[in-house]
Amino acid sequence: MKIDRGEIGTAIRTMTESRFFMPSLIAAGFVLSLAVSQFELLDPYLQLIIMYVGINIILTASLNLVNGYMGEFSVGHAGFMAVGAYTASILTVSVFPGGATTLFFPAAVLAGGLVSALVGLVVAIPSFKTRGDYLAIVTLAFNMIVKSLIENLDAVGGPRGFLGMEKLTSLPWVFFWTVTSVWIIRNLVYSNFGRGVLSIREDEIASDLMSVNTRHVKLLVFVISSFFAGIAGALFAHLLQYINPRMFDILKSTDILIMVYLGGIGSIAGSIIGATTVTLLLEVLRPMGLWRMVLMPLLLVVLMIVRPRGIMGLRESCWFVPLRDVLAAKLRRALKETADVSS
Amino acid sequence: MSYLLQQALNALQLGSIYALIALGYTMVYGILTMINFAHGDLFMVGAFLCFVAAVFLGWSFVPSLLLSMAGVALLGVVIEKWAYKPLREAPRVSAIITALGVGIFLENFTLALSPYPKHIPPLIAHDIWTLGGVSISSLQVLIILLSVLLMILLDYIVQRTMVGMAMRAISWDKTTAPLMGVPVNRVISITFAIGTSLGGAAGVMYGLAYPVIDPYMGIMVGWKAFISAVVGGIGNIRGAMIGGFILGGVEILVAAFLPSTYRDLVAFALLLVLLIFRPYGILGRPHPQKV
Repeated sequence: MKIDRGEIGTAIRTMTESRFFMPSLIAAGFVLSLAVSQFELLDPYLQLIIMYVGINIILTASLNLVNGYMGEFSVGHAGFMAVGAYTASILTVSVFPGGATTLFFPAAVLAGGLVSALVGLVVAIPSFKTRGDYLAIVTLAFNMIVKSLIENLDAVGGPRGFLGMEKLTSLPWVFFWTVTSVWIIRNLVYSNFGRGVLSIREDEIASDLMSVNTRHVKLLVFVISSFFAGIAGALFAHLLQYINPRMFDILKSTDILIMVYLGGIGSIAGSIIGATTVTLLLEVLRPMGLWRMVLMPLLLVVLMIVRPRGIMGLRESCWFVPLRDVLAAKLRRALKETADVSS
Repeated sequence: MSYLLQQALNALQLGSIYALIALGYTMVYGILTMINFAHGDLFMVGAFLCFVAAVFLGWSFVPSLLLSMAGVALLGVVIEKWAYKPLREAPRVSAIITALGVGIFLENFTLALSPYPKHIPPLIAHDIWTLGGVSISSLQVLIILLSVLLMILLDYIVQRTMVGMAMRAISWDKTTAPLMGVPVNRVISITFAIGTSLGGAAGVMYGLAYPVIDPYMGIMVGWKAFISAVVGGIGNIRGAMIGGFILGGVEILVAAFLPSTYRDLVAFALLLVLLIFRPYGILGRPHPQKV
């Protein structure tokens, strides 16, 4: 039987462009993750890595919102992560009663995100006045202040760290939060509000003149970004079951930055690719021992020289572009073709 | 009183090290408007080169210092040629991320070569003089004097020589300077060589003052020196010196009156307050955006 490649391509395209495609794919993924964690279909080590990939995707996508879409340079993302991790851990260990922690886990994760968002509100205020390197310093200082503050709080273990969390983070939860965060960030970027975010990246003064409320936009973007960083922190804490302030220092922030810029700024597909590549490469290269940590930055430098904008920089996979934008682009192309033919 | 004087002396010692590293950040920023995040790790390489010279080659202080400065300068120039030059026309952030990558590479490469912290032997005689209740060690005097000497030398180069004039010209106007016959690439290489060799010298002094060195020592010190540069107004050479001494002073003061774990907390909180009132640093000029 001869297979017509064009027909299959068209079939795939109609399938992916159907409005039921994404929801059913996500539902299938969720059921699969549930089954994997319930029946131990995968090696626990592999499950762990997949969960790390998910958490890193949340972190990368949320930082990409500030650094990639809004064009600021925030270098303290791990600080927000720490706030979320500590808030959620304190809630599950000390506040919620012993037997019901599994039930309250989503609430604790949500609380971690909310407290982190509140902190993000405070960090957003300096961004009204300064940007560029000086805002980078503010976020850097914020990261170090958070770490230093936790080290000085004896109630949460200080520099010794905090433990006692149960292993509540499971594959379905990570899947749920990863999809939710990617979905919300994607919808945000393609909304009217998202156009305002992009306009701040291109030219802040011009967007102000075009009646974009820049303060409002910056505030909200920082809050949303830190919210998801807090969620990722809460998941991370309940996966590792042990946190200490040194985990959330500037090195962790640098790791997230590298995932963002490796994947490419201003691209959700880029965030996913960046987070997945870095996390998986580090695991695959594990037999190299210490030298993998030498190889990774070298690869980063080479990639930056060859592709300064990262793998996906400022481009988007068609899966994340809303149908209306895809159709609009198609329409524009068709109109152009007819115009070419008639002329 | 003598306690305060003692602390002031300690502040001068720490501040001069921060100032020397901050100079490297600010010089590169002034000429390329790029933050060389690998600078803190070049400082670390300086300390390790000093260790190699002192332990394996058995050299004394001056040749070790010179070897460190020369080695780090060479490394700085090579990094600029291979990693930063291809990105000169790329978006600024790509260059910054590349610098972060180079820094991590240097840290982990050193770690892979020598996994354990090293101890630098005392290279100079350790004399302590007491002056009116204040004890001054020969090491402190050496560090402060040498740093001030290097800073004066740098100020002379930048303000009084042809190379310095070329540097200031490039940082003033990047498009016109080459038209006036300024060899941009050579001047950038020289800037990197001078800036990083100061970082190498700071690494040697830090290694003598706090003798245990490890591959990650450059991260914290580097970030703090960067903050000093910003406090002084990044791109401004005299500002970097002032910023270094301010940060050193604040850190020593906090450690003198509060538990030392609060040092970073207070130092960074002060930085934030300062940036609210003077968002462009002490000697920096605001760059109003023109429409």
